[in-house]
Amino acid sequence: MTTTSIRVAETPLVLYALRRADDALVLGHRLSEWCGHAPALEEDMALANIGLDLLGQARSLYGYAAEVEAAGHNEDDYAFHRDAPQYRNLLVAELPNGDFARTILRQFFYAAFADLYWRAMMASPHSTLAAIAAKSEKETAYHLRHSAEWVIRLGDGTEESHRRAADAVAYLWPYTGEMFEADAAERALIDAGTVLDPASFRDAWDKTVSDILAEATLEKPAAGWMQQGGRSGRHSEHLGHLLAVMQSVPRAIPGASW
Amino acid sequence: MSTQATKTITPLWEVFIRSRNGLAHKHVGSLHAADATLALQAARDVYTRRGEGLSIWVVPSNAITASDPGEKGMMFEPAESKIYRHPTFYEVPDEVGHM
Amino acid sequence: MYTQALNARDDAPAIRPAEELEQEARFQARVDAEERIEANDWMPAAYRKTLIRQISQHAHSEIVGMLPEGNWITRAPSLRRKAALLAKVQDECGHGLYLYAAAETLGVTREELTEQLLSGKAKYSSIFNYPTLTWADMGAIGWLVDGAAIMNQIPLCRCSYGPYARAMIRVCKEESFHQRQGYEIMLTLCRGTPEQKAMAQEALNRWWWPCLMMFGPPDASSQHSDQSTRWKIKRFSNDELRQKFVDATVPQADYLGLTLPDPELRFVPDEGGDASKGHWAYGEIDWAEFKQILAGNGPCNRDRLAARNKAHDEGAWVREAAMAYAEKRRSRQAA
Repeated sequence: MTTTSIRVAETPLVLYALRRADDALVLGHRLSEWCGHAPALEEDMALANIGLDLLGQARSLYGYAAEVEAAGHNEDDYAFHRDAPQYRNLLVAELPNGDFARTILRQFFYAAFADLYWRAMMASPHSTLAAIAAKSEKETAYHLRHSAEWVIRLGDGTEESHRRAADAVAYLWPYTGEMFEADAAERALIDAGTVLDPASFRDAWDKTVSDILAEATLEKPAAGWMQQGGRSGRHSEHLGHLLAVMQSVPRAIPGASW
Repeated sequence: MSTQATKTITPLWEVFIRSRNGLAHKHVGSLHAADATLALQAARDVYTRRGEGLSIWVVPSNAITASDPGEKGMMFEPAESKIYRHPTFYEVPDEVGHM
Repeated sequence: MYTQALNARDDAPAIRPAEELEQEARFQARVDAEERIEANDWMPAAYRKTLIRQISQHAHSEIVGMLPEGNWITRAPSLRRKAALLAKVQDECGHGLYLYAAAETLGVTREELTEQLLSGKAKYSSIFNYPTLTWADMGAIGWLVDGAAIMNQIPLCRCSYGPYARAMIRVCKEESFHQRQGYEIMLTLCRGTPEQKAMAQEALNRWWWPCLMMFGPPDASSQHSDQSTRWKIKRFSNDELRQKFVDATVPQADYLGLTLPDPELRFVPDEGGDASKGHWAYGEIDWAEFKQILAGNGPCNRDRLAARNKAHDEGAWVREAAMAYAEKRRSRQAA
């Protein structure tokens, strides 16, 4: 049985919130897939903590989107009743976990950006967004530290871990450009001073990434073509499968409370 | 089955946490980590999920020297008879106030 | 319970030196006086051995227990349920960690215990060899399995061995949200659509009897619990706990509007006096099924162990990398 999805009035601020909420939800969902399967019990705890933080961020941001959209939608409507083309997350978030190296490098690349972004957003004149940023910033600072420490150990560990880490860097690199992009809708918000221009964090991000990769004895890839599309709903093949699993129960019994 | 994989021995660390309102670090348990940084991170992830901690100490288990419980008498009973070390041994008139 | 297959064996040799007998007498006196035995204290070899087995079996159960519920994290039907379930399964991992830590105080390593689990030598609670087939299973497990676990765990907070007791206190503090979460899921389903209510009833039908089996074989057929009882490692008998569990759960099922799958369930009032006081007598448990589960023939035994072996094997290179880096850093600092 299928249910029709909700229609969202994607005004700039709603779109902005959904984009970041989707990043957090999709990435949090991916991390939750590790639960019970991590390389060590202590890491199972860590990945679950990060997943929970991201789920919390997603919920705050969906809550905010609901408020702004004012169409009677709630967090679960957005999460479980939008199809893949309506999702607005970065492509990097929806990629399969792969091995621990790929998961850690993905977390590192994303957290290195999110940490800068949320810290700066704490000063946003928009009080709700500033509050969300303040909470998220503390969490993301830890995600960055956790993933960076592992990047170093994997890169500068054994031959095998180095190879896997290098493969992960190469695989993920083309997906690291999208986080700095802003389209016309977001540009309007940036010009109004409500949100920050993600491109303004590129240099700082690059420095963090360069420093950690160097310490990890990993090569930073040369500049090249960057994959895009997630922000406007043009996703990889992976998101469809992810959502098919994630949304299966509520879609099977429409209108039910869980 | 997985004898190869179990060959890596990761060191044991003891974890001490001082809570928000606490005055001293309390021993809460142990965990396995390859080094001090990972031990601290793991302690944070395992032992402070409910806001228990404000400060964490991690110590390699083999760095701890413990008194021998068989020598409890020798180690600790002599102190029990030296009651002059306790404030209650001394009488201070009430008029002087709290001391 | 999580340690139901355990039999404490009194395997002391026939003739023992007088000093050892004296130490054992002093040890027993301490236990009788409700004193805590700590890691470096003298203890009978059998006490140490039994505890290692009991605590590690408990730890293994928590870790394997992550899998049946972990199966539904990616399909949790609301963000609130998703977060709660992820947190619950994470707690179970944490419980395993606290318990392995307690076991290690007795002179065994985590690596040894892990090897015992992965090779199939060690046991874990039978309940986790059943599959989770619907979302309602998350409700049933939280309500019944965690409910049963709590019955066993609370008395263990007073067990004689200090590190185990303290681990259990920590576990119990965290466990209460688990049962409430499960019951709330059942309540939501039972108050929902007819399909949801049917899902809840169907899950209860599958989980009820395995949960009763969790408490272990009947007291009459339990061989060596006396020693565990004397050492204050086991504080209530299997049947006592099982009865307590049934008595607590029947009204809870009633409130949900669900029927327990036991046609022989009936209230038996206590003799003399208040007819409202009594116990719920239940039907025959299929101990043959229990034996099969313990022998490794349950629906999920092989899959559970395979999953844990896979995680361990595939994680080996990560653990090795961390140790290699630590070694490199030590050398660099020494240089």
